[in-house]
Amino acid sequence: MNDQGNITINGNAFSFEPGETILAVAGRNHIDIPTLCHLKGASPTGNCRICVVKIEKEKDLMPSCATLAEAGMVVHTESSEVVKARRLIIQLMLSTGNHNCAIRGTSSDDWTRFQMSVQAYDDSSELCPVWGDCRLQDLAYRYQVEPKRFSDAGTPYPMETVNPFIVRDFSRCIKCGRCVQACNDIQVNNAIQFGYTGSNSKIIAADDKALKDSDCVFCGECVQVCPVGALVEKDVRYRVRQWETEKVRTTCSYCGVGCQLYLHVKDNQVVKVSGVEEVAPNFGSLCVKGRFGYDFIHSPERLTAPMVKENGTFREATWDEALDTVARRFNEIKETSGSDSLGVLTSARVTNEENYIANKFARAVLKTNNIDHCARL
Amino acid sequence: MTNTISDIEKADVILVTGSNTTENHPVLSSFIKRAVTFRGAKLIVADPRFIQIAKFAHHWLRQKLGTDVAWINGMMNVIINENLYDHAFVEKRTEGFEELKEIVEKYTPGYVEEITGIPRADLTDAARMYAGARAGSICYCMGITQHTSGTDNVKSLANLAMLCGHMGVEGGGVNPLRGQNNVQGACDMGGLPNVFSGYQPVTDLAVVKKMEDAWGVSGIPSQPGLTVTKMIPKAHDGEFKGLYIIGENPLVSDPDLNHAKKSLANLDFLVVQDIFMTETAQLADVVLPAKCFAEKEGTFTNSERRVQRVRKAVDAPGQVMDDWKITAEIATRMGFAMSYGDSREIMEELAAVTPSYAGIDYDRIDLEGLHWPCPAKDHPGTPILHREQFTRGKGLFHAIDYTEPAENIDTEYPLFLTTGRLLYHYHTGTMTMKSEGLNERAPSCFVEISSHDAQTYDLEDGSMVKVESRRGDIHAAIKISEKAVAGTVFIPFHFAQAAANKLTNAALDPVSGIPEYKVCAVRISKAA
Ligand code: SF4
Ligand code: SF4
Ligand code: SF4
Ligand code: FES
Repeated sequence: MNDQGNITINGNAFSFEPGETILAVAGRNHIDIPTLCHLKGASPTGNCRICVVKIEKEKDLMPSCATLAEAGMVVHTESSEVVKARRLIIQLMLSTGNHNCAIRGTSSDDWTRFQMSVQAYDDSSELCPVWGDCRLQDLAYRYQVEPKRFSDAGTPYPMETVNPFIVRDFSRCIKCGRCVQACNDIQVNNAIQFGYTGSNSKIIAADDKALKDSDCVFCGECVQVCPVGALVEKDVRYRVRQWETEKVRTTCSYCGVGCQLYLHVKDNQVVKVSGVEEVAPNFGSLCVKGRFGYDFIHSPERLTAPMVKENGTFREATWDEALDTVARRFNEIKETSGSDSLGVLTSARVTNEENYIANKFARAVLKTNNIDHCARL
Repeated sequence: MTNTISDIEKADVILVTGSNTTENHPVLSSFIKRAVTFRGAKLIVADPRFIQIAKFAHHWLRQKLGTDVAWINGMMNVIINENLYDHAFVEKRTEGFEELKEIVEKYTPGYVEEITGIPRADLTDAARMYAGARAGSICYCMGITQHTSGTDNVKSLANLAMLCGHMGVEGGGVNPLRGQNNVQGACDMGGLPNVFSGYQPVTDLAVVKKMEDAWGVSGIPSQPGLTVTKMIPKAHDGEFKGLYIIGENPLVSDPDLNHAKKSLANLDFLVVQDIFMTETAQLADVVLPAKCFAEKEGTFTNSERRVQRVRKAVDAPGQVMDDWKITAEIATRMGFAMSYGDSREIMEELAAVTPSYAGIDYDRIDLEGLHWPCPAKDHPGTPILHREQFTRGKGLFHAIDYTEPAENIDTEYPLFLTTGRLLYHYHTGTMTMKSEGLNERAPSCFVEISSHDAQTYDLEDGSMVKVESRRGDIHAAIKISEKAVAGTVFIPFHFAQAAANKLTNAALDPVSGIPEYKVCAVRISKAA
């Protein structure tokens, strides 16, 4: 037990560390408080207020992500007052954007009108591109919120599609500010911020330029943290649905940081990459190469069969022919010119296991220490 | 790295040199930027270009190309003269201090300014800042190693860190940032001419015997072999006859490419195993198609010595095979039976013969990687090296004098050229150039030049120029940039069509065999 006393959440007493928020204490004890704007690693902004809780003796509901636990505090995370507040927030968010995920029935006239206007903005007749992968949608179901009305005008800002990687759909932005924090507080690329005010507010790059003309380096951290469909990878939007994919965790094959990432696979194709959150070394972050540089995997230029050169030109060969040729020529050179006229260049691109085998091959089979790799180059 | 990546955020002073961190190690650069922006850490950047990370720096030291030993000695001169060094650390943990002191004596800030162009006051302030740190982290990359004095540069940084006691502590250390995903692993696994896996020397007969027993062979030579930078000239001379290249493209990455191409063409037999028909593969007699990372199981070891899993996500195209399987097949057909069921089996074998990996297995690193040395199954790994002592016991100071780079500017070739990478591409571009988006962001080669030099040569942004060195010439467009400083141009080396390495100098560091990519002399003229 902690000598600074306990906090009581939903009737149970919990110890806490100095500086710990109510949200963190609850999280550690498997009490689920919903969040939208809260971003691990960045200081809380209290922007969305979806995480509000009731603290006894406090007049107002308090955002749990920005309120520190205190001794003697008595907290309720799902009281009727709290639930009511959350429903209001969700309702407001749903009714101020193109949230056409059919949260509400689709039979009424205003749905049709709404859907038509969304289609015009979206250039697609499908439901929201992140349907099934959206925190706002999840919360709307969790709290059974039906928007009172559908928004008419959507947003004054057109979609931005002029860069190769990221689509910015301002009509679905809930202005939670996670992207701003991801860009400024996590990646420290300082490319985007809040701009304009009131209902015109917008996340802007530089003085409201396209991302490609700003300091943006296309790390995609903002896309990864966006809780809704406002920021989506261009190649994913309306092409891949989350439930069609499987995630495989692996290690980035570019630089020596060794970021942990998920390859999202659909029909034997890598269709998206995301960072693995909460583990070293990258804690969810990636760079443009790691996140968007995966096309080479399925490039039609990949070598798919062994090739041997004959009179200066390549022709396809069977594995047997190619491997026998290599073995025979290496043995010949070894016999006529000695082991040290042979060598191996192994690679910083292949695995440890493969490098080990290359090292064994040079030393035990060719019988030479002529082995190196190109990293010094 | 002696320390971990996360550790950088625990430093209160960070010295970055020879690393264009935001472009080459973007995610790692965020740790530095966060430390500076949110945790009050101080940043010193020593780099000839005004790179992005320099914008976060409290001191940007702009050294002339190839003068690193001089400014590092200069910092130590200030630190010793002002008695700012860590006496206890120097006393208890190091030797050779007197020799170091003697040599750095002449590197007064004034003398260093003459050599490096770094204003004496800046150098002095930076020295005080680094010495005054509770934990000072040094991060460096190819800008330090790719010099004829590369080994000296690295040793000098180690001198500096030891002098201030910033070794073996959280947030400290000397941290080389590895450029390629598994350079660390390639070195760890014996992809070097002088060591078996785990840096076990080939000259140690007991080690040779151990390996021979483990592998069931005899006659492994105990003489170090050739580095790649030695193999190529020997191939040129006809002494070296057969080469097996796995996953590398030296025909864009090698210095003095024209020479390298002739050399490889002169081989009796060249096998290239790769995922693409690279420039190098074009020269091969046999090309073997290999899997890419998304198609295989195994491990990579990152810069911080963390061994992490690689997992198969998709099936490989066509008849493509695992690299290890191809190598094992060749071995078997040469009369040495080699066969493994899967990569896990190979990991078990290599752990058994490699003390620093002995405790590592796939189950242990399933969720989070382990830092080697990890000598036993119950060992937690070693995030921070040299905590109690150095590998050799006491840390040895190396007294090092500054030597000039191999090539200097003159009236014929009046500009310095330095080379490097861009954010949007990787190495020779064989992978990144398959992404339209990355190509759109960085479509072609360019010559980065200061507005001052552009004016001198009457060049407009975007105009085509010819860049010539003593070894070759290339054509590329001019890019006027605030990153460049007068007198030095920069060319990214990714692009085979305008390969910067047709210009670079193949002069090598005598110890590491690393070529001097970072300094050579060129001239430019408007393209005809
Ligand atoms: S773009 Fe996404 S992350 Fe950014 S403010 Fe809008 S909803 Fe939030
Ligand atoms: S992609 Fe990265 S740099 Fe660009 S806005 Fe998003 S977080 Fe910022
Ligand atoms: S995502 Fe970027 S920073 Fe991370 S390992 Fe890959 S290339 Fe390096
Ligand atoms: S999650 Fe707490 S205010 Fe948004």
